[in-house]
Formats: sequence, C-alpha cells, structure tokens
Amino acid sequence: MTHAHSDHATPGSQRYLCSDVGKPVLAQRVHAEAEIEGLPYGKATTINGVTVSLHPAGHLLGSAQVRVEQRGRVEVVSGDYKVAPDGTCAAFEVVPCDRFITESTFGLPVYRWRGDDETTTEMLAWWGGNRDAGRTSVVFAYALGKAQRVLHMLQTGVDELPGPVVVHGAVKRFVDVYRDAGVALPEVDTSTDGSRKACKGKGLVVAPPSVLGTPWLRKFAPYSTAFASGWMAIRGNRRRRGVDRGFVVSDHADWPGLLDTIRATGCRSVGVTHGYTEVLVRYLREQGMDADVVPTRYEGESDSEKEPPMTTDDHG
Amino acid sequence: MRRFTQLFLEVDRTTRTSEKTAALRRYFEEAPPEDAAWALAVLTGQKLIRRVSYKRLRAWAGEATGYGDWLLGECHSSVGDLSETLSLILPPAKAPRPDEPLRRVVEERILPLAQMTEAEQRTALLGAWDAFDGTERFLFHKLISGNFRFGAARKVVVNALAAAAGVDPAVMQHRLSGRYTPSVAAFGALLSADDGDNDDPARPYPFYLAHQLDDPPTVHAMGQPSDWRAEWKWDGIRAQLIRRSGQTLLWSRGDELITDAFPELRAAGDLLSDGTVLDGEVLAWDEDQPLPFGSLQKRLNRKRVEMMLFVDVPVVFMAYDALEADGQDLRQTDTDARRAVLERLLPGDAALRLSPLIAFESWDELAVLRAESRDRGVEGVMLKRAEASYGTGRTDRGSWWKWKVDPYTVDCVMVYAQRGTGRRSTLYTDYTFAVWDGDERGQGELVPVTKAYSGLTDEEFAKVDRFIRGHSTGKKGSFREVKPELVFEIAFEGINASDRHKSGVALRFPRMHRWRTEKKPTEADTLGSLKRLLDARPS
Repeated sequence: MTHAHSDHATPGSQRYLCSDVGKPVLAQRVHAEAEIEGLPYGKATTINGVTVSLHPAGHLLGSAQVRVEQRGRVEVVSGDYKVAPDGTCAAFEVVPCDRFITESTFGLPVYRWRGDDETTTEMLAWWGGNRDAGRTSVVFAYALGKAQRVLHMLQTGVDELPGPVVVHGAVKRFVDVYRDAGVALPEVDTSTDGSRKACKGKGLVVAPPSVLGTPWLRKFAPYSTAFASGWMAIRGNRRRRGVDRGFVVSDHADWPGLLDTIRATGCRSVGVTHGYTEVLVRYLREQGMDADVVPTRYEGESDSEKEPPMTTDDHG
Repeated sequence: MRRFTQLFLEVDRTTRTSEKTAALRRYFEEAPPEDAAWALAVLTGQKLIRRVSYKRLRAWAGEATGYGDWLLGECHSSVGDLSETLSLILPPAKAPRPDEPLRRVVEERILPLAQMTEAEQRTALLGAWDAFDGTERFLFHKLISGNFRFGAARKVVVNALAAAAGVDPAVMQHRLSGRYTPSVAAFGALLSADDGDNDDPARPYPFYLAHQLDDPPTVHAMGQPSDWRAEWKWDGIRAQLIRRSGQTLLWSRGDELITDAFPELRAAGDLLSDGTVLDGEVLAWDEDQPLPFGSLQKRLNRKRVEMMLFVDVPVVFMAYDALEADGQDLRQTDTDARRAVLERLLPGDAALRLSPLIAFESWDELAVLRAESRDRGVEGVMLKRAEASYGTGRTDRGSWWKWKVDPYTVDCVMVYAQRGTGRRSTLYTDYTFAVWDGDERGQGELVPVTKAYSGLTDEEFAKVDRFIRGHSTGKKGSFREVKPELVFEIAFEGINASDRHKSGVALRFPRMHRWRTEKKPTEADTLGSLKRLLDARPS
C-alpha cells in the first residue's frame, strides 16, 4: 500500500504491507481482522525473490514509494507524492531507479505551488477577518491528510490561533492518529452543543466538502467558506464550488515538482499514471525521454484531490 | 492598477452581493476619478479594444515559456480561460515596479494596441509580461480580451454607483443607459447628486420586465379578470422609441442604440411630437402577421442597411406603452391611463402599430385564446394589472406577467460536448444533440440539430460530465465526441429553416428540459418529425 486514500487502499484483502508509520492510518480504512505488516522506510524485504522497500512520498502520514529490485534492475512506483516537506509526514526522498512510475494529478504547467507560509498567512487573515465580522470560518478539506495539513499550517503559523477549532468526525479520527504520531496540531473538538457555542462567529470549522448544504454545517451559520485544494489554483474550480475563498494547499507534486523528480531519479524510462498522463508523456517524449502511459483502474472514486472537484457530494 | 486589482479581489473573494456592492462603492468613492472612469467602463461591459487575437497571444506565450502550442492548448482547455492560463504559465515578472494607475495602463498600454502592427503588439505584450505579475497580469489580459466578466452583475455595479452618488438605483440606471464614454467629466456627472438633467434625449427609461406565469391564472391567484389587461406576447426585439429634442432614437433592452438598423422606424418616429417615449416590440411583419424572429436578426447584423432591403424584411414597431408624452414622465400613472395616451399618440403610420388588447371575460376564455398563439405567430399572452404603474426592471412582482405557450420538445441524443465558460470552465456543460436523419427512429444516421447548455442541475451536470470523460470517442478541436447513449428532452420556442446547418433546421432558445435516463438512443426523435413542424409553422 503506498498510502491510505481509498482509491489506493481498499478493504477486502487479508494481508496488507505498508510503511510502519502508515499502519495506524491504514488500520482506519480496512477490516479490523485484516493483517497489516509495517515496514520501516528504507528497510528491504524479499517477496518471491524480488527485493522490496518503501520510501517516504511526502503525500500524507505513512505514504510511501515502492522500490522493487530484481537482478540489478530497479523500478520505483511513486504512489501519490509531494516534493516540498510540510511537517505532517516524512519528507519525500528521491530514489534512483531504472524505471519510474509517476503520478500526474497536476501534470500541467499551470500548476505551480507557492510556499505554505504565504498560504498560511492568507488563511489566518481570512479567519481573523471573519471573526471581526462575526462569522464562523469553514474550511473544506479532505478528511485524511489535507485536513491535518491545514490544521498543522495554522498551528505552526501563529503563536495564538484567532479562535477555537471544531472538526467533523471523519477528520477527528485522523487528527488523533496524526497527533499520536507526534504531528503538531491544535486542540480540536467535534461538533457538540458546547463546542458550537464556543466556535460560532469566531472559530474555525474543518470538514470534508460533503457537509456543504447539510444541517451539520448550518448550525455554524453565519459562516464564510473556503476550500483547501491544489485545484483552487484555477479560478473556475473555486467559482463552481460556490465557496468564498480557495486556498491552494496540495498534497501532490506540481508541474516543476514532477519534472524535477523524474530528472533526479536518473531513470531511463518513465511510466505516467493517475492524472494528465497523455500530456506529461507527450512532453517528456519531446524532451527526449522514454515515456509511456500506465493505465489505472482506480480513477474517479477517491477521497483525495485526485481529480477536479465536481459537486459537493463528490469527494473527488 | 493596484487599487483596481484590490477591488477585483474583494469582489472575487466573496459570494455575497452585499459585500460585492460595498467593495464597489468604496472603490467609486475612493479611487482617483481618472482611474474609476475607466474601471466603470470595464465593469459595465465595454470593450476597450478589439481583442488581441488568441492565436498571437499563444504564439508569444510559446516564445516566452518555451512550451509547444499543443501544451498551451491543453492548458487553455483545462483552465478554460486564456487570460488566466497565461497569467499562470508565464515566467514571473522581472523586477517589482512602482504602481501604474489604471488610467495609464489603459491609455498607454492597452488603447494603443489597436493601432499597432503585429510586431509592435508583440513588443508591447512582452513588456507588459515583464511589468505585471499574478492577479495584475490576469487583469491586464482580461482588459485586452474584450469579454471581461468581473464577477459583479451590471445591476450590482449600478447599485454601488447609485450608493456612491447618493441617488436612487433607478435614477442611476437611467443615467447609465445609453452611451458612457469614459472621462473624468462623464464619471463626475454620473456621480453628481442632483437629478436635474432629464433633458438628455439619449436616455431611455429602464425597461419594466414581466415575470413568467407558470400556472394558468385563476380568480384565486390573480383576482378578477376585469382587473387585468391582456395583449399578445410578441416575439421580437423589446425597444423604446424616443422622440426628444428633434431626434428619434431606438434603444433595445440591452441598452443598445439600434436606430441605424431600422431607418423606417426612425422615419415613423420623426412623425411623433417632441417629448414622446414609447415602449414596444420591433417585429418583422408581413401584411397581418409577424415573421419569425430570424428575419429580424439579418437586419441587426448589418450596420448600414440599404433601402432596398426593406422590401424583403418589412419591420414594424408594435407599441404597447407610453412612458412619456409632451415631455411628461407618465410612468407613475396607471396602465389604462397610459393606454389612453398611447392610442392618442400613434400617428397612424403603417410602421408604428398599436398592440391590440385581447378582450376576455373569464380566465378560461383567455386560456382558449392563448392556445391560438402559435397560429398567430406570437409567444403567448401578456397580462398587465390595470391599476399598475410602470415599474423598473423585474423588481416588483405581480403587475406584469408573461403567460407563454408551452415549448416544443424533441428527444435528442448527445453526440458532442464542450467545456463551459466562467464558473463552468472545467466541466463539460455545452452539448450538441442529434436526431435520426430519416423518418424512422433508430434508423440511418444521427444528425446534429442543436446545441444546449442549460436546464440541468449542478448534480446532473456533474454526472453527465463524468459520463463524457468515460465515454469520449475522439476529439475535434474543443469538441469531444461522445458515445451516443444519453437521451435528453430538448425544449425550444420555434424552428426555422437554415442553410447554415447540416440538418437544414435551426431551433430557437433550445435548452435541456429533462434528462431521459429511461430512454435508449434508438428512441430519439427524427429529423422528419422536426421538419414537419417547420411546414406546419405559420409563414
């Protein structure tokens, strides 16, 4: 398992292998009886004569690239990855290889991330402005990874947060897992009469996008809404979502990140999957690289930011 | 341009109309008038220049980035907006520069582009890319692209300007309808507090708009029929014919001056006495019946009309209201009083007609008459409350109703899809629909008959978008070929013969009425059945 997003980790198997850091994350996603084996980053194991090791992918807590080696040939499957370190998980490591299978979620030159600091400042200013206007600040973020990342950015971005934080139950499960792993996160409550009273008009709510338009969310009114996702780099995506603000926070590599990583692995062949596969393959070929599309069966049914957000009830 | 950029962000970063209005008002009050004068032109939808061609912009962006045109095309198609695409992919601007006021950007960087050769334009654009970054760069591209939607509806801008001037929004709409030429003087005049300049002959009144009546009127819902006046709902161009200060002007509801396209109406208006404003409909007319709307469009598309053309498409102004007579604003008087004035005013010229009242005793009787609409070449009936004054826009509900006949419908198969624009630029929301080309359902080939992009819920659009992504069979430019599987009921208001379309027909106001998930493509309608509609139509 490269990581515990549901388009990669599905329940139903009897045995799973993932990074040891990722074990408690994956455990939330599969049957209680399933056997999960955790492998420390960088430590090799042998399966059917193939040497297998896992390496940090920087995507979310426990996310890993998979390195396989047989008879001197090395191939690496990136899984989902993000190049810039962020403090909620082990930073991405370049793993030299002969063939590199890379994701391409944001494989277009229009996607170039800024540093987190700038985004954190913007989020805090937005929160403060809402508090001054007597409105709750609501950030929509995917329950695993993105939500914890946003909370970590805010927690480490300022000495004292502008107000209390309430999170959706789906977010809370993983906040606990992250906190146990030593990630710095603010105190959070789930939605109760008491926590709502403290939060309403001044606090921050972090919830998956599916709560938009539900009674769960309406209890925090009046509020201002924001969506935290790499897709928010495009104005049309935000406007279609109908949210007030879009904060560009992604757990994937941007265009320069993809290209730099491919180059740094020293690979002679690139397989491109999950995303703008054809664009990236064509571009790499123009640059003289050997590249091909690796088809996937798992697009469009994820709870991560794998594809542009379509509607509010779609976790895409 | 920083203050203007700040305004853009303030408007763009909220979905609340009250906050957009407040941001605009602050801008109009605070910004230097020489900048605000230009901002207002842009905000009310004026084009600054004929846009610099996309092809050129993409070619120069290719030079600046080193990306091939195909890759810029992929980016453009994914983002859905070239201005935004360019602002995202171009290298960062060189050095930070002092702020350039909006007036200077417009007058020194943008307006001169119109007179430049291609090589000069290229130099100018590369210079601008070095000067502007981020949102400023995006706005610069929007200003030269000719179709800038700021995220604030015209009405919001008008309300904000009215608040800044301290006048009624209706007064501001009145001041703004007509031609606004950006200048400190014109902007100052708009913002002036007093309303003593009603003598300007070039300004129409804000049009009063009717609400749609969905259910047949009843005594319970509408009251007694005797409290209402009924007319046919004409299918033409809503317009005001103005005779003031020795001039005749014809204004369309889109605030466009269309006098030049209809010289015979100008001639008829010249016979009216000074200080007259009539509200009505411009119609193509043949003896005693209106002609299909399409015949009017031929006129509108020509700027200068040769006299000989009139014989082909005779045009009348069907007057149904008098807004001003003898220089007096009549809008506060009631429907019957204005009607009496209207009947007195009309000079009896053949091109200036009086929209007849429909006599009816009961709502049931009116329903029977309404059923004649198609045969009469009209869209249905209009109901106007006898005691109502002439309102503004669509604000006060309940005085004017349009009761249209039910639309035609046809079951079509989706065959192509394109991305939408603006809010929907990342979704496939613009579809092309086809019917079977013969007389037998499911036989022969599917021939495209119309496009439509409205009528589905956001949820349905998302589902259809997903189907398209999973069932695309090819690409033709910005069109995706889609496996012909989804059936939609398309509603439309009329049908015309067309030699510009392969199918030979063109539908008016097509929109998706229903997604027929229960129907198979073989059950879609045929071109034969559509063409029979064409023959049955009154000519």
